[in-house]
Amino acid sequence: MTKKDDQKPIVFEGASDMPPMSASQGSMSVNKTASWRSIRPIIHEEKCKSCMICWKFCPEPAIFPTSPPTINYDYCKGCGICIEECPFDAITSEKEGK
Amino acid sequence: MVEIRFHGRGGQGAVKASDVLAMAAFLEGKQVQSFPFFGVERRGAPVTAFTRISDDQIRIHCYIYDPDVLVILDPTLIGAVPLTDGLQPNGKIIINTQRKPEEFDFSGTENPSVYTVDCSSIALKHGLGSEAAPIVNTAILGAVAKATGLVGIDSIAESIMEKIPVKQEKNAEAARESFAQLMG
Amino acid sequence: MKRVLTGNYAAAYGATAAKVNVVAAYPITPQTTIVEILSEIVANGELNAEFIKVESEHSALAACIGAQSAGARTYTATSSQGLALMHELIHWTARARLPIVMTNVNRALGPGWSIWADATDSVSQRDTGWMQVYCENNQEVYDTTLMAYKISEHADILLPTLVNLDAFFLSHTSQVVDMIDQDRVDAFLPTYAPEYKLDIDNPRSFGSLTSPDHYYEFSYKMHKAHEAAKQIIPEVHAQFAKEFGREYGMTESYRCDDAEYLLVTYGTIAGTTMDAVDRMRDKGIKAGALKIRYFRPFPSEEVRSILKNAIKVGVIDRMISFGHEGAFFTETKAAMYGETVPLYGFIAGLGGRDVSIKDIESMVDKMQAEDPSNLIWIGVKE
Repeated sequence: MTKKDDQKPIVFEGASDMPPMSASQGSMSVNKTASWRSIRPIIHEEKCKSCMICWKFCPEPAIFPTSPPTINYDYCKGCGICIEECPFDAITSEKEGK
Repeated sequence: MVEIRFHGRGGQGAVKASDVLAMAAFLEGKQVQSFPFFGVERRGAPVTAFTRISDDQIRIHCYIYDPDVLVILDPTLIGAVPLTDGLQPNGKIIINTQRKPEEFDFSGTENPSVYTVDCSSIALKHGLGSEAAPIVNTAILGAVAKATGLVGIDSIAESIMEKIPVKQEKNAEAARESFAQLMG
Repeated sequence: MKRVLTGNYAAAYGATAAKVNVVAAYPITPQTTIVEILSEIVANGELNAEFIKVESEHSALAACIGAQSAGARTYTATSSQGLALMHELIHWTARARLPIVMTNVNRALGPGWSIWADATDSVSQRDTGWMQVYCENNQEVYDTTLMAYKISEHADILLPTLVNLDAFFLSHTSQVVDMIDQDRVDAFLPTYAPEYKLDIDNPRSFGSLTSPDHYYEFSYKMHKAHEAAKQIIPEVHAQFAKEFGREYGMTESYRCDDAEYLLVTYGTIAGTTMDAVDRMRDKGIKAGALKIRYFRPFPSEEVRSILKNAIKVGVIDRMISFGHEGAFFTETKAAMYGETVPLYGFIAGLGGRDVSIKDIESMVDKMQAEDPSNLIWIGVKE
């Protein structure tokens, strides 16, 4: 069973360890949504101006505002919005599962 | 338990009268219940209200079908609506009218005691309501106190001070005056 | 302190004594005077609460849900069409396990447009997960409102409560109510301190997508909470009786011990039935009355143990589940499964039709004469 720091469960096995209502805390630490991704965005440093438009548009958000920005591939669902929005064509896509 | 049924017309204050009487009895340590006949109220339309007074807890929650006391705030209701239905034998009927008790014929009810008092004139004298629509509810309660002995006139006056939002002194004086003038 | 109060004022003063933090309500006859007096109490500063004016009953309960989720004790009140409009959120409240207390003034649903007493509105919310109580008099409205918070907020329950009172027969009827001093209420009902709430220092997500893997268990837990409530409600009643001297049960039996003809009912009809029982006893008929206070959780075992020794049992419903029978009749029959006592279902008082002592006596007459095959309509004009 996965537990938080306070030893309360994040993933529930059954009624006895569940809260009374649908309330969750920390579930995203185990629920890595990257498994949804079929295309992987790649940031090309040589073209990137660190304008942070990709960071602003990422709906997840799975892009961190470092310079240049970095993508958290545990949570990036591969929606491709960053690729579409990048004004410098600095982000390209690769097929997953190659 | 004593059951009192009020008959008036919308605007005369029959519902408030049932409340004020209940409060007066409460002030004397009784259990009470007061409520209107639950209709849609319009000025001039016949209105019925009810008060129950008891030494014990009051559990019953239906209308009053067999009252011990009838209070008629408007004499024009006599004959227009079936007022005396269910009145207990030796029941009391208190009427706001200029007429004398013996002028009323309540044959069909068993040995009623009839009391009259001109509450409309008393109310107008104290500036309660208008010539066309005097508000007689507090005035008639003095008569009810006198005729029934259910509550003291001082309790009625105290209850008026609590339950009536305006012209409290005038209303209390009207009750005391009808207490003094009651015929029957 | 004793005062003469209408049922609506008794409800409002009950919520005031419970020191609710948020009131959100929308007026509807015959509940309106609850909202009126509460807005006055808040405006006067007698109650330190946020009074949220809303544009509908749906919004009223939504506002309470939000506030309660953030850890506030909340209150709302409605009636009939208003309760129906809340329906979606009535489910939500219970499933979110928010111990909101709501007063419902039992009123018929239209058309024909009716403002008068009928329990169809609240019974229609039967399967939402709320606890439901039906009150007989104004003292019970006040006391039940206070106890409802304590019961609902119990850590093993966490379910909302619908406190029901009959339109006009209680809402607009004045009776003596003994109000409890605030310091004694405070000792009985401590501040609401939920374990799960919206809290920026301890963030959680609430009400998110729940797969079949967990939804089933959440439902199971809600039912278990109702079962726990059957144990805890009598404990709270006992504590209340000890502190304040007034006794309540999930049911209340009146002259049932040796009764041959037992009438089961709820709300104001229960009081009238008890007076009718006295009158029938004077005539030599061994009658008794069983008042059901809690409709959810339904006290089946208690009902069964009281009714099983009667010769005949009648259930009076001020509502009808069309195509079947009165809902309390259905529940009573289910509670009596396996017993052989004949049961009669009476429909009475729909849409505020008065139910007199004579009407109730006529039910026992019918029980003595008829087979329990048909639903019996009392006073219907054929």
